[in-house]
Amino acid sequence: MIREYRTIEEVAGPLMLVKQVDGVKYDELGEIELPNGEIRRCRVLEVDGRNVLVQLFDSAAGLNLANSRVRFMGHGVELAVSESMLGRVMNGMGKPIDGGVAMPQEKTLDINGTPINPAARHYPSEFIETGISTIDGLNTLVRGQKLPIFSGSGLPHANLAAQIARQAKVRGTDEKFAVVFAAVGITFEEADFFISDFKKTGAIDRTVLFINLASDPAIERITTPRMALTAAEYLAFECDMHVLVIMTDITNYAEALREVSAARKEVPGRRGYPGYLYTDLATMYERAGRKAGSNGSITMIPILSMPEDDKTHPIPDLTGYITEGQIILSRELYRKGYLPPVDVLPSLSRLKDKGIGAGKTREDHAGTMNQLFSSYARGKEAKELMVVLGEAALTPIDRLYAKFADAFEAEYVNQGFYESRTIEQTLDLGWKLLSILPRSEMKRIKPELVEKYYPKD
Amino acid sequence: MVEGRILKVSGPLVIAQGMREANMFDVVRVGEQRLIGEIIEMHGDRASIQVYEETAGLGRGDRVISTGAPLSVELGPGLITSIYDGIQRPLEAIFQKYGANIQRGIDEPALDREKEWFFTPAVSYGQEVAAGDIYGYVEETPVIRHKIMVPPGKAGRIAEIHAGTFTVTAPIGKLQLADGTIEPITLMQKWPVRISRPYREKLPPVEPLISGQRVIDALFPLAKGGTACVPGPFGSGKTVVQHQLAKWSDVDLVVYIGCGERGNEMTDVLREFPELTDPKTGRSLMDRTILIANTSDMPVAAREASVYTGITIAEYYRDMGLSVAVIADSTSRWAEALREMSGRLEEMPGEEGYPAYLTSRLAQFYERAGKVVCLGSDARVGTLSAIGAVSPQGGDISEPVTQATLRIVKVFWGLDSTLAYRRHFPAINWLNSYSLYRDRLNDWFSENIAKDWMSKTNELARILQQESELQEIVKLVGADALSPADRMTMETAQSVREDFLQQNAFDEDDSYTALPKMYALMDLVFSFDKKARLAIEQGADIADIAALPVRERIGRAKAVPMRDYTAAYAEIEAQIDAELSALTQGGAQ
Repeated sequence: MIREYRTIEEVAGPLMLVKQVDGVKYDELGEIELPNGEIRRCRVLEVDGRNVLVQLFDSAAGLNLANSRVRFMGHGVELAVSESMLGRVMNGMGKPIDGGVAMPQEKTLDINGTPINPAARHYPSEFIETGISTIDGLNTLVRGQKLPIFSGSGLPHANLAAQIARQAKVRGTDEKFAVVFAAVGITFEEADFFISDFKKTGAIDRTVLFINLASDPAIERITTPRMALTAAEYLAFECDMHVLVIMTDITNYAEALREVSAARKEVPGRRGYPGYLYTDLATMYERAGRKAGSNGSITMIPILSMPEDDKTHPIPDLTGYITEGQIILSRELYRKGYLPPVDVLPSLSRLKDKGIGAGKTREDHAGTMNQLFSSYARGKEAKELMVVLGEAALTPIDRLYAKFADAFEAEYVNQGFYESRTIEQTLDLGWKLLSILPRSEMKRIKPELVEKYYPKD
Repeated sequence: MVEGRILKVSGPLVIAQGMREANMFDVVRVGEQRLIGEIIEMHGDRASIQVYEETAGLGRGDRVISTGAPLSVELGPGLITSIYDGIQRPLEAIFQKYGANIQRGIDEPALDREKEWFFTPAVSYGQEVAAGDIYGYVEETPVIRHKIMVPPGKAGRIAEIHAGTFTVTAPIGKLQLADGTIEPITLMQKWPVRISRPYREKLPPVEPLISGQRVIDALFPLAKGGTACVPGPFGSGKTVVQHQLAKWSDVDLVVYIGCGERGNEMTDVLREFPELTDPKTGRSLMDRTILIANTSDMPVAAREASVYTGITIAEYYRDMGLSVAVIADSTSRWAEALREMSGRLEEMPGEEGYPAYLTSRLAQFYERAGKVVCLGSDARVGTLSAIGAVSPQGGDISEPVTQATLRIVKVFWGLDSTLAYRRHFPAINWLNSYSLYRDRLNDWFSENIAKDWMSKTNELARILQQESELQEIVKLVGADALSPADRMTMETAQSVREDFLQQNAFDEDDSYTALPKMYALMDLVFSFDKKARLAIEQGADIADIAALPVRERIGRAKAVPMRDYTAAYAEIEAQIDAELSALTQGGAQ
């Protein structure tokens, strides 16, 4: 039953108050028909007696209180899904904008999804080879993980995400895969970079794109990632595909959320972001994973730009508390020309331990990973000391560590965006670099593995 | 039964009118789908209700029915090995029945109504019993004998009692109360989560909770019945510390509350624990674990309830005279849930938008921990230890939740991101962490482990403190400026950090260290220090000492399996002597 009202009482920013309504439900989708016949969409934020507060997804320009009509649709915001979404381009509200044929609808799904029962989750443990040493070797990605890229303005996060999308594979399998890409408030150029990269590799036929550009309504950004995730869930859990979701830029999403929160005059949390930002982000990120009853998986790579490269800013901070690790990009390495400029020490993959080792990658993986991390950390400390006191002040062993740190950055981190290394190449390179240090320093690696793999010469 | 109608819906908050007859904190069922909610405020006939499920689709005029009872948990055999959500709905059963995603309005009893348990009575006909007395036993898991107790507030004479197999709701006997009325006795009882279960007397905690984690047991020990917090920025290893405590703590039962955290972490516990063996009992760790999972994507109001659900269950087992640990990850998410409800109720905010009652709520939670003399005529003693993770925003521990927690808890394990970057785990910062139980536990350690446990562990702390002072000098003028003795201190401190404090949670033999081995390892590190200092006095060069091959063996000593360590450590000790004497003799020549 669709009910129509002409009782719009107030419009302020992204919010609108409608009076004298009946039977309207919380979180219901609405349509506003302007006098010129134009249709805009909105969503119920609060029901208070016979008044409802709704949030507009478009601008309020041209809205006329006396002549505009509001209809409530009897359901929440939904997305029509089908396998033929693959290869299509949609706007942030899920409407095709590529001029193609109308989409066949197999079913419509509420974009909010439902939480996955933790008892039904499968723990992610399948190693994804991305061909990037700093990820495969040190911050291993597994199927069903959510691993964000924390970047800053001017850093090449788009190239890194595209490289992952291009190179990522699970070895020894030939299963159906798909990419879901959500552009959230990014520029045309950035979106175009991804699209042309997908086209070049042919991945475009297996990709669903949801595009909300910087010029599109900001409030629409609240739905764009959820549209993308709903599509991803359908492809993963109903069509048994392995879906890689790339969402960029989450910072724009959080800002749209802040705009609505400010308009509602809610008590703000840190930096004006709403107190429920954590929960809100979690309801998106937690949709990644694997679960019982389906062979598919959702692996998620959200990208966010840290304002002022500040990791403690609420958006990267809260994201880091929800996601299973983070890949942080470093301006310093980028200036040195090392690509991809992954800042190894603060980067982390929480699920790596279950995805590596004998039978998955190689028996020496865990040990060398820890050894590389701690040696690089010590080398960087030695280098800092060297800056202050000069090389002579270092002990001979610390001088070796400093040398190791330089070589590590130049060879291990630096590989370029178009080189793909197998995991064996990555591990062997690790050993080659570790051999700069004396054998007795290999304290993190089991002696028998040092015996087997430490280069002999 | 009170029935009202919805007036307002705003996220998890629903306001209903026509509720004048309902009680504060009554559980209500909201709307067509009978969503579960709780009354948290009353204004005239309007009740403010926090709803524990997603409220989309609710509207004005929808029905709200009060159940007339406060939010309660079911207590009885079958709790252990289960995984529940924040309001004690059984997630495994829900998964089997309703599929992999959690739908709304699910009504599923917490304890399996079909399952039968064998009950052995411990009382006989005509016996007088009071609250806390034991009716009898059920072997709940191979390691836990579940005592069926007279619920608090009940007393009377046994009018009937039977041995045999029963479901949790079937009467196992009858109790005649003082006024002559006769009540059935069942294996299950209920208790409201927001009220702490009564006990006879509280005692000061004097026994350590042994975790097998070297940095914790040696430097910052927790007492059984004590409280601790683990604050740390993301990626500093909070969850691994919590999981390690859940795995290896020498308690009888662990209640692990995943409060607003990742779904995969709960899955990890669920998959991993059944395969691990408890070093104390030799049985599966799951046989002593109860999980409460309210992951971050589940409704926020149920997150607020989850810590109460968890601690009430823990109190119930404490009442049996067991030692129980409650591990809550993370209390910050719980505080955020409080903040969200407070905002919706339009309360005046305190610091950073948190409600003014944040501190008192936190204090109430931690105060439910303790060592107590339980109800019941046998005066058994139970302990309940509470460990809470805190996730300070931006890793800044000056924020309200950490500060409020620090005012209450007695042990502070501060996690440090720079240690984590160096892959020094557990990343517990030895300079700012503390334990107020150290002195009180001294007697236990000197009696049960070694007389000089306290002085040895003090020595550890002293060396680490000295190292941080010496490091200031090294940063200014370089390591060459230090005297050989100070250089040795730096070397020993490094050995303490790397060979003793660092512990690999994923290594089979290093994950858990029993106290005797811990003491021996500490001894090994100090022994090298002492002997090296002697060698320096005899003219050995510090650089040569630092480069001795035996140091690598000391570095690997922690991973020596428990059964081999005495022999292995003696061998290392001999090698220390041999190599050092070779040095001094070489120097003399």
